[in-house]
Amino acid sequence: MKVTKGLHLRLGRFHLTISASRVFVYLLVLLMVAFTALPLIYVISTAFKPLDELLRFPPIFFVRNPTLDNFRDLLFATSSSSVPFLRYVMNSVFVAAVTVFLTILVSSIGAYSLVKLDLPFKGLIFNVIVATLMFPTTLATIPNYMVINSLGLMNTYMSLIIPKVAGAFGFFFVKQFCDQLPDALLEAARLDGASEWKIFSRIVFPFMKPACSTLVVFTFISSWNDSFAPLVYITDDAMRTLPLALQSIGSGATLARAGAMAAATFLSTVPTIIIYTLMQRRVIATMAYSGIK
Amino acid sequence: MNAVTKKRKGMSSRGLAILFFLPFFILFCLFVLAPVVQSIFYSFTNYDLLNRMDFVGFNNYKQLFLNDEIFLLALKNTMIFACIAGPVSYIMSFVMAWVLNDLKGRTIFALAFYAPSITSGTAMGVIWLYFFSSDSYGLINNALMKLGLISSPILWSQDVELILPVCIFIQIWMGMGTGFLVFMAGLQNVNPELYEAGAIDGIKGRFAELFYITLPQMKPQLLFGAINTIAGSFGVFDIISSFAGFPTSNYAAHTLVAHVYDYAFVRYEMGYAAAVSVVLFLITFLFGKLVMFMLSSKDE
Repeated sequence: MKVTKGLHLRLGRFHLTISASRVFVYLLVLLMVAFTALPLIYVISTAFKPLDELLRFPPIFFVRNPTLDNFRDLLFATSSSSVPFLRYVMNSVFVAAVTVFLTILVSSIGAYSLVKLDLPFKGLIFNVIVATLMFPTTLATIPNYMVINSLGLMNTYMSLIIPKVAGAFGFFFVKQFCDQLPDALLEAARLDGASEWKIFSRIVFPFMKPACSTLVVFTFISSWNDSFAPLVYITDDAMRTLPLALQSIGSGATLARAGAMAAATFLSTVPTIIIYTLMQRRVIATMAYSGIK
Repeated sequence: MNAVTKKRKGMSSRGLAILFFLPFFILFCLFVLAPVVQSIFYSFTNYDLLNRMDFVGFNNYKQLFLNDEIFLLALKNTMIFACIAGPVSYIMSFVMAWVLNDLKGRTIFALAFYAPSITSGTAMGVIWLYFFSSDSYGLINNALMKLGLISSPILWSQDVELILPVCIFIQIWMGMGTGFLVFMAGLQNVNPELYEAGAIDGIKGRFAELFYITLPQMKPQLLFGAINTIAGSFGVFDIISSFAGFPTSNYAAHTLVAHVYDYAFVRYEMGYAAAVSVVLFLITFLFGKLVMFMLSSKDE
């Protein structure tokens, strides 16, 4: 047992040891986190501001007289449009879910093959992938457009999904975790006659849970918040995703729309928080080595 | 390297490896590699989307280094930016992950720390303006004026001396999320038995554990985080353009990606823009190779 100096509190079942250094660490973390949390606090606080607080100059940070008016305005603003708001939400959910699923699958079996299987030109392939991560993406827009166009994928959900699936970022990330997988574990399974797919799904994938849960967060957020791809590839209004729907709410220039916009921004942040919290819990709960002796 | 090459029923081990790798490889070539190869090709041409494309050899590169003062300024700014923002955000995101990993309530703390990455876009812009607004209502100006330290508001987003430092500050403040999450996941992948084994060998205390067990075990994640930070900080543009506009006043915070953007989407000189991209890539790659050399996990 660790011996710590300081105050020891005992409240029923709870033991709490408070040491000076511990308090100092907590204070430091709190201070840091107070700054980084500001954008999120602002989004939440703004969603509940009445119109006069939304339009005040200089702007105020925290809401003073919280109200649900903005959510009513949002309902009103969206019920008048030809495409129901829920449709945009479902579009975004579908696109993000498929993107996440394919990214995890394609990156993890690919990385497993590169690290642990008999793939030719391993070194070259890995170097090329890492190199593309460092090439600025600014000029990729036009060639990507031409590929999507020539595959006949314009104005399909696929155009929002497949360009993102095989990113160097996700692959490199998963590959680094795959490196840590002990070879002995795989060899034991092979000696037991397990098929490669079974080895992947029963041993490799569970081992990479922290990596894959984290990649879910990265992929989901980038797909969910992407307003550029739907702007370029989607022409049918009913197939647009949330970020574009938000922009059109905001551009309906009447003052009341400011409230609807604040509420919509808040609502569109909620799924990312849920995904983040769920996945982060999994990262922490599933200790990678728990099943390994 | 591969202990398992014995034939399996049905498919050779090589065939299986290729089958597993193929889905990634096809999509990667189509959407990631092809644009890169195309850019490298364009950098040797005068492609401008309209006229016939001619091969011009190394002309674009010569122009860049001999006749383009804005490029040289962008190069300098990018180096300053990357060499400060990169290491600082890398180290801070690791320290935060390491500290938070042992705290009670870490899920909430971690969410708060990751918040800037979740609420990208408008909300973040509002926060910077709230702090760095160039009128007397900006939080920092307001505080400094109340304290009597300044008499007129500081023009944070227009003052040529200040744009770059302020942008570096904002990048560090808002840009630690990705590295942080990578390190959080990496910390979970360290085998806890190693700490027990280490304790028997006399490795005790949090810092000894950090240097002798945690850091060596986390080399793959440390390398990934470093490459990603390098790519991100050399490729900076979005934060600067949304804070200080495009182009920044007197090009005070003009970066290489800003230069690419300028030539590609304002002047439509794709060949020249591609050459800037290639130069940026070569610099980034050089630094990338350096950290790969330092953090290579092959020697384990």
